[in-house]
Amino acid sequence: MRPRNRELLFLIVVGVLTGVGFASVYIARSHVVSTASLTYAGFFLLLYVAAHVVTRLTVPNADPYLLPIAGLLTAIGLTEIYRLNPDDAFRQGLWIVIAVALFAAVAFVLRHDYRRLESYKYLFGLTAIGLLVLPALPGLGTTVNGARLWVHFGPLQFQPGELAKIALIVFLAAYLREKREMLAQFRLKDIGPLLVIWGGAMLVLVETNDLGSALLYFGIFLAMLYVATGRGAYVMTGAVLFLVGSYGAYRSISHVRDRVTIWLHPWTVHKVYCPISGKPALRQDCQSYQLVKSLYSIGNGHFGGTGLGRGTFETTSGHPLIPYLNTDFIYSAIAQELGLIGAAALLLVYMLFVARGFRIALLADDGFSKLAAAGLTFGFALQTFIIVGGILRLIPLTGITLPFVSYGGSSVVANFVLLAGLLLISNRASPTR
Amino acid sequence: MMNRQVSRLALAALLLMIALIVATTYWQTWAQAGLADRQDNEIQRVAKFTIKRGLIYAGDGKTVLAANRAKRVGNQTLYFRRYPQGKLAPHVVGYSTQSRSQAGIERSLDDYLTGSNANLNTVLTTTLDRLKGATVKGNNVYLTIDPQAQRLANEALAGKCGAAVALDTSTGKVLVLASSPTYNENLVERSFRLIRRITAPCKPPAPLLDRATQGLYQPGSTFKVVTASAALDTGRYKPDSTFFDPGYCTEYGRKISNAGNPETGPEVFGHVNFTTALEHSINAVFCNIGKAIGAGTILDYAKRFGFYSRPPLETPLNERAASGLYRRGKLFDPSNPATQVDPGRLAFGQERLLVTPLQMAMVAASVANGGVVMRPYVVEKIVSHGGTTVQRTHPDRLGRAIKPQTARELTTMMEAVVTGGTGTAAQIPGVKVAGKTGTAETGVANVYTAWFISFAPADHPKVAVAVVVENGGFGGKSAAPIAKTLMQAILHRS
Repeated sequence: MRPRNRELLFLIVVGVLTGVGFASVYIARSHVVSTASLTYAGFFLLLYVAAHVVTRLTVPNADPYLLPIAGLLTAIGLTEIYRLNPDDAFRQGLWIVIAVALFAAVAFVLRHDYRRLESYKYLFGLTAIGLLVLPALPGLGTTVNGARLWVHFGPLQFQPGELAKIALIVFLAAYLREKREMLAQFRLKDIGPLLVIWGGAMLVLVETNDLGSALLYFGIFLAMLYVATGRGAYVMTGAVLFLVGSYGAYRSISHVRDRVTIWLHPWTVHKVYCPISGKPALRQDCQSYQLVKSLYSIGNGHFGGTGLGRGTFETTSGHPLIPYLNTDFIYSAIAQELGLIGAAALLLVYMLFVARGFRIALLADDGFSKLAAAGLTFGFALQTFIIVGGILRLIPLTGITLPFVSYGGSSVVANFVLLAGLLLISNRASPTR
Repeated sequence: MMNRQVSRLALAALLLMIALIVATTYWQTWAQAGLADRQDNEIQRVAKFTIKRGLIYAGDGKTVLAANRAKRVGNQTLYFRRYPQGKLAPHVVGYSTQSRSQAGIERSLDDYLTGSNANLNTVLTTTLDRLKGATVKGNNVYLTIDPQAQRLANEALAGKCGAAVALDTSTGKVLVLASSPTYNENLVERSFRLIRRITAPCKPPAPLLDRATQGLYQPGSTFKVVTASAALDTGRYKPDSTFFDPGYCTEYGRKISNAGNPETGPEVFGHVNFTTALEHSINAVFCNIGKAIGAGTILDYAKRFGFYSRPPLETPLNERAASGLYRRGKLFDPSNPATQVDPGRLAFGQERLLVTPLQMAMVAASVANGGVVMRPYVVEKIVSHGGTTVQRTHPDRLGRAIKPQTARELTTMMEAVVTGGTGTAAQIPGVKVAGKTGTAETGVANVYTAWFISFAPADHPKVAVAVVVENGGFGGKSAAPIAKTLMQAILHRS
């Protein structure tokens, strides 16, 4: 079967699954939502058929699995967002339209040869830095939950970090392709760029107060440096540097220290000082409230889950139980309603995306494509790990989005651009070409 | 070129994903039970309220004591409790609030009321309901409380501090379990301030305290029924055994005077028989009987009536108290009563004795029941939502306290108390009543706990009653009329 026909077949399967998902939300919540909800599924299918037409025209030989996987993830996210808040789902739907348009634009513009981006590498580097600095600018940036990650343009809210990630990967792929032979010798003077990026990551950390973003950018950098040079020593040095920097942040930034305390000891038996109210309280009723409530939500899912639309996200008086459920904590909502079976399946879908991404990197025949594909895929995997691992208490919790699933415009747009990039690389590397 | 590194990086990325699957598995399986048990787990709390709790009915099978109020929250219907009868029997029914504080039957039978008991039928229906996504409905509980008599008891006790208990003599069924001051269960949730503001002629008013099962009072002369049981049952005395009463009894070389009014001094009766001694509640005679048969024997008989163990009612264990001697706030079971307990004072119910109204009602009911102690019960049956009886209480003997012969003799003696003794206020026209008054010293001058225990009809007993009124003066005056009202109401209906 030709790749694009295969893609269409999988998209139809995803469309059916989406329909089932919305139907079950409709059945469970028929008193809140109307039959109009089912039009969501239809609209969604149409959107993906449009994206499919774009891939037929621009990247006919690209990997046939990536688009359906992305479609499935967006569908799961949209269904859950719809179940939590129909208004948000409408906005998310609009963002998906914008994201697919941007996806089409990127694919069209770069359909002949994306490798010319290499010559603009410093532009990408500067763009990445610019985007990262934006939230720190007075008047533009906003602090949400102690971290400065957002930018406000009038009514629009934007997390520039999401796009900065992609710009950074493009820059690194081009830069490392050029310097990789030299860097592979691992001489003392080659540590320079490592130190520069490390310094940058630490700046990001100090500026945003957010350990997760720093870990994400620095992790992507180390992974790509390793792929380019094959030197484990870089990874070791980098990891040590990062740990030292994090420890410094832990000692000097109270927000970071807070996050680590919450991670290590979310529950206390005795009342401790609560920085939010200024009074003594149990930590689970104060700083770690969100994490703990999200764990209860996950635990409540057990094996089979409560079923879509049947989970508990409100108190007896009707107040929301978990703040930022739509964005940062969507995983705990899904884990409650779909249970271990559903949550594990979701993670397996992520694994599938990651596996296909690395397959593209393996098949790509030039250094830039290889590095870019590996970087984009690893960034995707690491971001998933940082947010879900934070929710599951594997690492300190940071508020970043779950790719394709979380509610949030910048996230969806950035991930569709990432998808377009991978498909372009894949189209070029395809053995059938 | 670079493919070795890419493969390794891919492996690392996939390991990260696997770590996530393992961690999710951990929280949803191993750690799941621990998370569900956490105090602050709001989801579990909400889950409790998605269950439609069973109703609680009074003994007439019609009066609803606890019902549900449905409320839509988010995508769920939650059920909260409401108590249509307000303050009729809050100490039995208890409450179950949004903050999940519970008391009474609401607490002790929570499993049945929420349909989470292990009964096969219940497990089957609730599991089916859960699978269907239908509302899980708990089992309905039918109490034995007689709503009219209970209301009468509340009215009679209004403005006083005290309690009234009525038992069906042959079965042990609790017909009345009233405690005053009472409170409205609905207010526990809505406005607890109003409950705290309840006033009563006692300190503290403690409206939440179930004085009938937890209230510990000096039994005073009502305990003479227990002493008389021991005296007769051991064969040491007969109802016509004679005594000489000089107006006092000598113990440890000191005189203990009879009760009497403060102006004329203690009463002196001279030559009397045992029946007259009970009829007029002569302390000196009982003091001498106590000395003769010993504190150990009296306590043994008390235990046979159920003293020293919490009455086995279906209410929560900590809402029931055991009767007996108390020392430093704790139940005191002397290992050597002959040296540790003053037998004379014990015999007429002072010493350090503290009893609950329920226990004294059990004493009266046992005498009425030919000496057999019945297990008191307040839950008649538990019926599933579908109408099948999940559990029905069958009358159960706790044991024999005294011989039938002793019970007959004691009944005759107690009849004399009502016909011509201290308890004449309990007379019911056309019905023979047996009873015993009590006016217990509280340790505070001129503050007495008024008691009356009785049963009727004496020749064919049906109902036994214990009434206690705090700071109520003479038992024959303040407690006996309340007992009379209750007995009359219950007998009138049956």
